[in-house]
Amino acid sequence: MPLLDLILDDFFWRALLGGLGVALLAGPLGCFVVWRRMAYFGDTLAHSALLGVALGFLFHTNLNLSVAATCVALALVLVFLSRSRALATDTLLGILAHSALAIGLVALSFMPDVRVDLTGYLFGDLLAMTRQDLAWIFGGGVVVLGLLWWLWQGLLMATIHEELARVEGFPVARLQLVLMVIFSLVIAVAMKMVGVLLITALLIIPAATARRLASSPEKMVLMAIGFGMVAVASGLGLSWNLDTPAGPSIVVSAFVTFLLVYSLIRRGRA
Amino acid sequence: MTDRRNQPLVSLDQASVMFDGNPVVDHVSLTVNRGDIVTIIGPNGAGKTTLIKAVLGIQPLTHGTIRKAPSIQIGYVPQHLQLQPTLPLSVRRFMALTGAPETDTRAALDRTGIGHLFRKSVHHLSGGEMQRLLLARALVRKPDLLVLDEPAQGVDINGQAVLYDLIRAVRDELQCGVIMISHDLHLVMAATDRVICLNQHVCCSGYPADISHDPAFVETFGRPVAESLAVYHHHHTHRHDLHGDIIEGQPETPHCEHDHHHAPS
Repeated sequence: MPLLDLILDDFFWRALLGGLGVALLAGPLGCFVVWRRMAYFGDTLAHSALLGVALGFLFHTNLNLSVAATCVALALVLVFLSRSRALATDTLLGILAHSALAIGLVALSFMPDVRVDLTGYLFGDLLAMTRQDLAWIFGGGVVVLGLLWWLWQGLLMATIHEELARVEGFPVARLQLVLMVIFSLVIAVAMKMVGVLLITALLIIPAATARRLASSPEKMVLMAIGFGMVAVASGLGLSWNLDTPAGPSIVVSAFVTFLLVYSLIRRGRA
Repeated sequence: MTDRRNQPLVSLDQASVMFDGNPVVDHVSLTVNRGDIVTIIGPNGAGKTTLIKAVLGIQPLTHGTIRKAPSIQIGYVPQHLQLQPTLPLSVRRFMALTGAPETDTRAALDRTGIGHLFRKSVHHLSGGEMQRLLLARALVRKPDLLVLDEPAQGVDINGQAVLYDLIRAVRDELQCGVIMISHDLHLVMAATDRVICLNQHVCCSGYPADISHDPAFVETFGRPVAESLAVYHHHHTHRHDLHGDIIEGQPETPHCEHDHHHAPS
């Protein structure tokens, strides 16, 4: 396919395609983050992604794979520890988030032969997106969206009221586990784009913007995807024209959209 | 009510639930039959909600057994529901999540008196409307057993009486069993077949008219409350100290057999 090759050969188009793909995943997941108050949880997983990078270098495995695996492992640890109720969840998250980040940084410093562009992992390096990254985004994306589609009613009911969902026969514990795994996968692919420190923003801001306008959970998801895509496109445009870093530009665009929607809607209602 | 009545729907036998080695529910035995309305009362921390969750099957028992009628359908009205305001949800969508067809969900909403709110957002409902919505959700499942956790919480006093009447009417229509937690003693006494006073263990249980005169009940709820409900009293087999613990040396039976002697007070 010569046209596809032409597009994939250009780093800007690769970046745009990858960005739009991540926005497609970040939309529904961001809604769950907002609904379930998982913002800090997402942050913790994102921080642990750097540990995943270090482990990937250590064992010479694919970085996407090691990041996803590390996130899943940390998510499971979190679920297990929060059940013991020895510490408040936010304390636990704070400990794990920053410890994982610090361990990741220390571990990377022990590998002198590995020259890592830390800024790229912390703030994203969208313009360096490779064909392989694109395959990860769209391959993982199909899995994630398929799972969400399939389990949607149960995930929604478990989000509205966990016990009611359990009484009504939804396998809530398993659904939550699936959501954690999905979360980890999305963080692994989104890290490339906006970096460890900005992933949560990409999840939350489009979803929060959509909340202002949406009248049903499904509409909110679709709008979050739309707002995410607008942010990616305009952020990349900003980056291209003004030579600003791509990841932060996308977050700034998302934030501006958020401000616009909230101020305009408020004015409209007043 | 016909022959279906008195079919046991759920029975707990010596059921205990321990959290970190502390008994929250202690050797509780109870049975809910079809057509019964059983109300659980008791002070805060008495394990009422834990007991209800054990009945629902979402709280595993540490000891004891639970038996349910085969293929029993349970409708659950949880304690005053705080919905995340970040999740846009209409009454219609919330009802649709039960999986029931829209004609059924509309009928259930009409039955609980909030059919006109079909298209409204759940975040704009009053406390009473919310409880009716939750009841409608439970009803649409055509339950054999209705489990309610403080159904009248957040409902004004007139609404409370109406709500308990509604629960009774629903029991008559569906011929289901009802087990609920309540703090609204006066209303409960009128609307209930059987009251169980819980303080980890079953303090006392019986017909509403009897129980308000039980010394254990008086100790649990205080004399003013009990006297406002009391006409006569009977003996109890053990006593509690201020923490609700059983005073040593007093005989304890798991579900107290009271020696009633009904003397006018």
